[in-house]
Amino acid sequence: MVPVTYYVALSAVLFIIGAMGVLVRRNALIIFMSVELMLNAANLAFVAFASVNNILDGQIFVFFIIAVAAAEVAVGLALIVAIFRTKKSIDVDQINMLKG
Amino acid sequence: MNFSEVANTGLFFNLAPLLVFLPLIGMLINMIFGGKMSEKAIGTVASLASGSAFVVALLLAYSLSAVHGQAYTVPFAEWIHIGELQLDWTFRVDTLSAVMMLVVSGVGTLIHIYAIGYMHEDVRFKDDLRRFRRFFVFLNLFIAMMMILVSGDSYLMLFVGWEGVGLCSFLLIGFWYDFDTLGQKSTANAEAGKKAFIANRIGDFGFLLAIFTTFWHFGSLQFDEVFAQAGHQPATVITAITLFMLIGVTGKSAQVPLYVWLPDAMAGPTPVSALIHAATMVTAGVYLVVRSAPLYSAVPGAQYIVAMIGAVTALFAATIAVGQYDIKKVLAYSTISQLGFMVAAVGMGAYVAGIFHLATHAFFKALLFLSAGSIILGMERGHHHLAHGHDEEVFDPGDMRNMGNLRKQMPVTFWLYMAGTLALAGIFPFAGFWSKDEILLDAKLHAEHFPGVYALLSIAAFLTAFYMGRQIWMVFFGKERTDVAKHAKESPPVMTVPLMVLAALAVLGGALNLPFEGFHNLGHWLGYTLGEVEGLALDLGVAGISTILALVAIGISWLIYGRNPLKEGQPDPLKKPLGFLFTGMENKWFVDEGYKAVIITPFEKLAKFLSITLDWNFWHDWFHNSVIFAGFQSFARFLSDPVDMGIINAIADGLASLTQRSSEGLRRIQNGFVRSYALSVLLGVVAILGYLLFK
Repeated sequence: MVPVTYYVALSAVLFIIGAMGVLVRRNALIIFMSVELMLNAANLAFVAFASVNNILDGQIFVFFIIAVAAAEVAVGLALIVAIFRTKKSIDVDQINMLKG
Repeated sequence: MNFSEVANTGLFFNLAPLLVFLPLIGMLINMIFGGKMSEKAIGTVASLASGSAFVVALLLAYSLSAVHGQAYTVPFAEWIHIGELQLDWTFRVDTLSAVMMLVVSGVGTLIHIYAIGYMHEDVRFKDDLRRFRRFFVFLNLFIAMMMILVSGDSYLMLFVGWEGVGLCSFLLIGFWYDFDTLGQKSTANAEAGKKAFIANRIGDFGFLLAIFTTFWHFGSLQFDEVFAQAGHQPATVITAITLFMLIGVTGKSAQVPLYVWLPDAMAGPTPVSALIHAATMVTAGVYLVVRSAPLYSAVPGAQYIVAMIGAVTALFAATIAVGQYDIKKVLAYSTISQLGFMVAAVGMGAYVAGIFHLATHAFFKALLFLSAGSIILGMERGHHHLAHGHDEEVFDPGDMRNMGNLRKQMPVTFWLYMAGTLALAGIFPFAGFWSKDEILLDAKLHAEHFPGVYALLSIAAFLTAFYMGRQIWMVFFGKERTDVAKHAKESPPVMTVPLMVLAALAVLGGALNLPFEGFHNLGHWLGYTLGEVEGLALDLGVAGISTILALVAIGISWLIYGRNPLKEGQPDPLKKPLGFLFTGMENKWFVDEGYKAVIITPFEKLAKFLSITLDWNFWHDWFHNSVIFAGFQSFARFLSDPVDMGIINAIADGLASLTQRSSEGLRRIQNGFVRSYALSVLLGVVAILGYLLFK
């Protein structure tokens, strides 16, 4: 039996990689994938604790997250396509119109 | 109850306030309705007001004789009540004040009537009805004030009247404030009024000091209370009070050294000169001394000073009268001289003689002044007749050198004037003979206590007869020196009839106090108030000397002015033999010039120094502008520049720039890059989680 610490550690590493990807990269698609990575790090932590503690709530929550993530990907990709059409770029540094 | 029973009960005494209020009512009627009334109506109202006061005075005198001279006080109004201080307006009716009331209202009424005719013709009147009305308003106000003066029961009420008559004197001297006595545009009359007022103020100041001192030491101003304590007070206090009072007397009664205002007061219309500046107001000082007799009698030293002031004034003014050319100026100096006789008399304690002379002098001097007014108007008429309407030529109708032989043109006035002159010169049996003789007799009898007074008064009496003789010869005899004098015209009856009454009084007035056993009426009458005095018998020596002196003086004046009448343009025949003496008399001994050099000029210089150097240059320019204003300015600059701009404004500015700078820093955080926002979120989450983990 692999101790839960390993799962949690892996989850943390994945999360940090995802967070760094969001923060460092400028390509919207890469950022998007990094966000997915962070969501899945969370999923991993959920299922790890759920199996250790023998509570199904965590497993169920992961399904929800996967469903939300799928919806988010659909909306997010659509947005990226729309942005690309107007800006001819998906560089997030150029999408700063919200700045006052 | 018949009339005499009412008099016995003293009920009439309660009428005393009417003495003041009847003239005031007359004044108010003329003030309110006078604008729509004719000249005659205005004059009648004023004369009736004064005449009714005379009737009241008669009733009071009658009641006094019915109750054997018992003094009576009529409380009229509460005035000042502060703690111990109780000052009321109370009327005092005693034999002394009754004499004054009778003289004031009696002579006053005659002069009111005369003034109706006089003011109608006064050269400057010119049918100005408002001026006419104002004249009678002032005259009635004067009568009211004089009544307050003589009927007051305390020094304070006396002072109220004293100031009131001073005001009326000022108003009436400057009555023609815009014309001089010749009818030319000038402020000379206003100046004369001012001079009188200021000279009187100096005297009033002395009188006020006397009142304050009296109140301080006696605790009262009421006559009876003050006199009751006169024996218990130290002599120095009483001496101080009496001498302060004397300053007031020299002001009001025109004695040396404050007499200078009275000759200038002749600028007033002639009825005013007669009423105020001869018969009544100027005798207020004599009345004051007689009223304060218990005080003066207690201090012989002060009495001697009073007597000497009177005697010196009598002689001094008489010498000046000899050198005057203006008919009214001669009479003015004569008035000063005669007032000197009265003051000398009351100074010697001869109160009866003083009041006796006061009364007879009121008769004959009012007569002389009013006759002089009649002469001046007669000359005016002549001048008007010659000028045929165009009277641009300046002509002095009061200058005796322009007259001559007027007895032909103005016979009535001539005889009236003669009666007044003989009375003034002291010729037997005219009124002035008896009263002046009584003064001289007193001076002779008291010669050891009052050395010098008799001699001074005798010389003054000699000069009196001389200058009056000079006047008579110059005015009524000889040849007319101008065409105007040839065409002079007699005055109408409204003027001459009051003069006849006065002339009768001037002839018979001596009967008031004949120096024979069984007479001495005035002496007995005043004795009720002043204490019984022994009536002096006629001293043939004194009477003879004074009569001879007067006759000799008139004789000399005939030799100089009568035998060879003054020719047109000829200088006074006395000018050559007397030399500088006559120049002195002619120029009033240069007293006015001396006062100007010694007092007025230094005073003006001091005032100029105070106003220009001290007030303007030092106080305004330096202290206000340099010290206060500039100091305030630099203080304000200090507050505005370093304090306000430097500190307070800097704090406000600093707050603003701090906000600006900090917001500029914060602005950089909001860079629009989503990932940097995400980093913030991450860091926040890490921080919170870290806190939760490690707390």
